Amino acid sequence: MQQEVVLAMLAKEPSHGYELRARLDRALGPLGEAMNAGQIYVTLSRLEKAGLVARDELTDSSDHPDRKVYILTPAGAERVAEWFSEVSWPKPDLAEFHLKLVAAAQGGLADPSAIVDMQRRSLLRRLRDAQRAAMAEENNSDAALLLEGIVLRLQADLRWLEACERTWTDRRGKR
Amino acid sequence: MKTSGGTLVACRGLRKDYGSGEGLVRAVDEVDLDVARGETLAVMGPSGCGKSTLLHLLGGLDRATAGELWLNDRRIDELSERALAQLRRHEVGFVFQAFHLMEELTAQENVELPALLAGRTPRQARGRARQLLEEVGLADRSRHLPSALSGGQRQRVAIARALANDPLVVLADEPTGNLDSAATLEVLRLFENLHARGLTLVVVTHDERIAATADRLISMRDGAFVDETRLTGGIGSLAGLIEFGG
Repeated sequence: MQQEVVLAMLAKEPSHGYELRARLDRALGPLGEAMNAGQIYVTLSRLEKAGLVARDELTDSSDHPDRKVYILTPAGAERVAEWFSEVSWPKPDLAEFHLKLVAAAQGGLADPSAIVDMQRRSLLRRLRDAQRAAMAEENNSDAALLLEGIVLRLQADLRWLEACERTWTDRRGKR
Repeated sequence: MKTSGGTLVACRGLRKDYGSGEGLVRAVDEVDLDVARGETLAVMGPSGCGKSTLLHLLGGLDRATAGELWLNDRRIDELSERALAQLRRHEVGFVFQAFHLMEELTAQENVELPALLAGRTPRQARGRARQLLEEVGLADRSRHLPSALSGGQRQRVAIARALANDPLVVLADEPTGNLDSAATLEVLRLFENLHARGLTLVVVTHDERIAATADRLISMRDGAFVDETRLTGGIGSLAGLIEFGG
C-alpha cells in the first residue's frame, strides 16, 4: 500500500489501523482482496518511523498494533498536501510487449500473431472478471468507479492488440 | 441436416454476395455456425467484415446467395417471403445500435407494437409490455416518449420490444454502439439476467465488454470466421487487476 494513501486517509480523523483498513475496503470493493491484511500495519509503522504519523497518546492504552490510534504529525499533514497537488499517473507499459513482437518476427522463433492471440485471451479473461465484478456492484459505489476505470483501460489495451494483430498478420502475408 | 437437440440456430455454407462480375463483393463467405440454446454468442470484427450481414441473414432480414439455414430444426432459407415475415415477427427479436424506437409512441406503446402486429389483443399486448418493462427496470418510465429517456433506457425499451413475442432468439447489432460506459453496464446487466433465464442471444459488436462476457466469441474477417474463443475457467482472482505499490 502506498504510504501517501494511508497518510491521506488519516487526515480525516485519528484512527485505528482496522478503521483505515475498513475504509480502504469500502473504496476498493472486491479489489481490496488484493491487499495483504497486514500491509496497513507495516505501512503505519514505517510512517511512524519516518515521523509522518504518531501514536495518539491520549487514547492509546495498548501495545497491540490493532489498538493503537494514529494521528498525522505536522510533517505528515504537509506530505498529504503535497501529494494532493502532485500530478502522477501510471505509464502504460507497452514497450516490452511491442519489442517481444518485433523480436519474434525478426528472429523467427515465434509467431507474433500467436503471441498477440495468447495475450488477447488473457486480457479478455481479465476484462470478463472486471466486468462481472462491475455488474455486481451498486451503480454509484466507489468500487464501481474504480472497476469502470479498469474496464476502460483493458478495453484500450485490447484495441491496441487488435492493431498489432492486423499489422503482424498483414506483414506475414507479404513475406 | 437435422440440427441436434441443443442447437437452435445453424447454418452451413452460408454465403452472401453483393454486386456481380468485377464488382462482386462476398460479404459472407461460406460460413458454418451452430448456436446452442441458451448461449450468448458474440461475433466481433472490423467494420465491413460481414458481421452485420451475417446477423441479417440469420434473422431473415436478408436472403443468402447460397447455403442452408435452420432455426429450431426448421429449414428457413427456403421459406416464402410471407413465411419469412411471419418468422421475423414471431421467432426472432432484433436489437439495433440506433434503437429504432417510434419517437411518437411512449415506451409502453413501443413494446406493445410487435405483439399487436402479431395479432395479440390490445389487452394481451398491454399486459405483456407492462411485464417486460418491469423486467428491464423501466416500469416507472412506461409513459415516457423515447426522447425523454437516456440512451441506456432507450436500448432497454428496445430490448423489451424485441422480447414482446417471446422470440426463440434475440439478434443484436452493436447494441452498445451508441452508449457510454455506464449505460453499457445497464445493458450488459440486462443481457446477463436474460441469459440466466435461458435466452439465446447473438450479438455482433465492436465492444470488447460484450465479447468478454459472452459464452463464446467468434472473430470475423473478410466474411469468414478466423478465430473462436471460449473464455473457460472460473472467475479469476480480482487481485490480478490492480497493484499496490509498497
